[in-house]
Parts: sequence; structure tokens; C-alpha cells
Amino acid sequence: MNRKSLAAAFPHTVPVLMGYLSIGIVFGWMLSAAGFHPIWSAIMSLTIYAGSGQYLGVQLLADAAPLADAAFLTLILNFRHLVYGLSMLEKFQGMGLRKLYMIFSLTDETYALLAGVHAPEGVDEKSFYFSIALLDHLYWIAGSIIGAAAGALITINTEGIDFAMTALFLVIAVEQWQSNKRHAPVFLGAAGTLVCLLIFGPENGRFLIPALMILVAGLLLMRPKLEGPEALVKGGEAL
Amino acid sequence: MTTMQIAALVAVMAVVTFLTRALPFLLFGRGEKPPTVVLYLGRFLPPAVIAMLIVYCYRGTSFAAIAGWAPGLIAGLAVIVLHVWKKNNMLSIVGGTILYMILVQAVF
Repeated sequence: MNRKSLAAAFPHTVPVLMGYLSIGIVFGWMLSAAGFHPIWSAIMSLTIYAGSGQYLGVQLLADAAPLADAAFLTLILNFRHLVYGLSMLEKFQGMGLRKLYMIFSLTDETYALLAGVHAPEGVDEKSFYFSIALLDHLYWIAGSIIGAAAGALITINTEGIDFAMTALFLVIAVEQWQSNKRHAPVFLGAAGTLVCLLIFGPENGRFLIPALMILVAGLLLMRPKLEGPEALVKGGEAL
Repeated sequence: MTTMQIAALVAVMAVVTFLTRALPFLLFGRGEKPPTVVLYLGRFLPPAVIAMLIVYCYRGTSFAAIAGWAPGLIAGLAVIVLHVWKKNNMLSIVGGTILYMILVQAVF
């Protein structure tokens, strides 16, 4: 990576800069409001680096969730990454050690940028991709630290700030709804989870494990109906 | 929570997140075609999981009093309307959250 590839990458990352700063600030603020030292916001953004995953992480930390639950929820929340990786297999070839970082930093936004850009004339393509990934990560860390510091310093009543996680998932749902023609999975997800919530109760989010089993089984049963070339309009973007 | 407990939870989330990103490269890095069922679930599981997580977010809803359900419903609808209308992540999330905070702190 060099100054030239960073300069070429920067203009492409400006939309992510705006998005990550604001979503990162809300994340850091939520974690501070839940009573955690700002350093944890920085550590989480450095090592986990996942928007919706870290919003969920605030909830898991606040509930002192068991490790197995945290692992399970993180896994299902990130299942979509499987698909991203598949379409980046060729792009990351020949990047050596930097490939590890590219895989680590493959968030929704970075994925969307990498899928749509090409290095300008005279700029090394691999350095250009690496610069985009690194800049996005730095924006996310910066936003988290700003939010965490603000949350620790400014003492306003923050009751209800945890609604940001609900809002984030609703936004993702709206975007998925608009980019998919088939909405059966959404109804399956909502109905299956509601049934499990009523049966197993809300404690510790235990109802999520049977709910996920129902979703996977239901989707496999619906496969003949759902699959088809006309099912997807365009690739949706999510956080 | 102790520092060690917090660190353990963060580490678990970091490792699992990295694994979900690395898995396709580990499994299919040498040119093998992924099974079609993986591609199918990769396409249709995410919307179902997000719907599941929205229900998870609303798990504390109570119908015993209006304060138990109205703020979440109103703010949730506001997020959806804002996002369909303006398509701006920041506006939808921050706007909806501030509305929710006002509703739980000052209105209900």
C-alpha cells in the first residue's frame, strides 16, 4: 500500500465514511451507556469489526450472555458473509498476507465497494483494494471511539438508546424487502420466531435456537418454490 | 462482569465473525463449486434471520400497559417510513432512536 493507492481509494470510501462514523458513534455511545469503559468500544471495533454484530454485542454484554449463546447468535447473524466470500474468491487471489486482512475486513459496505470498483490507471489493483478495506476499518474505529467518549463524558438520560439495534435491523429488513421479490422467508422468520418465543419465553434469548432450526427446515422445504432465476432482482446492501 | 468475562465474550464474537468470513475461502478456495444448498441458504436465510432478530428485539414487549408496547411500535413504524421515504441509514436509525428515547422518557 502507498500514498497513491490511498489517495485513489479515498473518494470511493466517502459514503462509507459518513455511514460508519454515524453508526459507529451510536455503537460506542450505546456501549458506554450500558456501563462499559470506552476502551471496549475501541477493542471491539478493532477485533470484531461488524456493525450489526457489535450492536448485538452490546446487548450480549449488557445481559452477561453465556459464551455459547454469543457464539451462536454471532454465527447466525453473520451467515450472509458466506455469500460475500464466495464472490470475492477471485478478487483476493494473489494478495499474499494481505488476503487475511481482506477476509477479516469484509463487511457489508466494504463488500459493496469492492464488488463495484476498479483501480484507476497506474494504481496497483491489490493495493487499491487493501486501501479501501483499511480506510473503512479506520472510519469504524474512529466512530466507535468518538461515540464511546461522548457517551462517557456527556451525562444525559440515555434510557431507550438500545432501540438503535432494533432500528438497524428494521433498516436492513426494509432494504432486503426492496431487493428481493420473494418475501416468504421474512414471514417464515417472523412467524417461526414468534411461535418459539411464546413456547419458550423471552429469557436469555433461548427461543432463538429452536427458531433457527425451524427457519432452516422451513427454507429447505420451500426450496422448490423459492428457487428460480427470477427470484432475485438485485443484490441488496445491508449493514 | 469481570474484565476477563468481557474479554472472553469479545474474543468469542471476534473469532466467530472472522470464521464466518473465512469459511468460504477455506472450503472453496481451490476452485471447488459450493453445494447449491449452501448458495440457496446464503440467499434466503439472511432475510429470515433479520426477521427473527427483529422479533428478538421486541421480546420484552408487554401488553399489560400502553407504555409496554406503544413506544416500540411507534418508533419502529417511524424507522420503516423514514427508510422507505429517504433511504438514509443514518437518518432512519438515529431519528428512530431519538424518537424512541423521547417516547420512553417523556411521553409514556
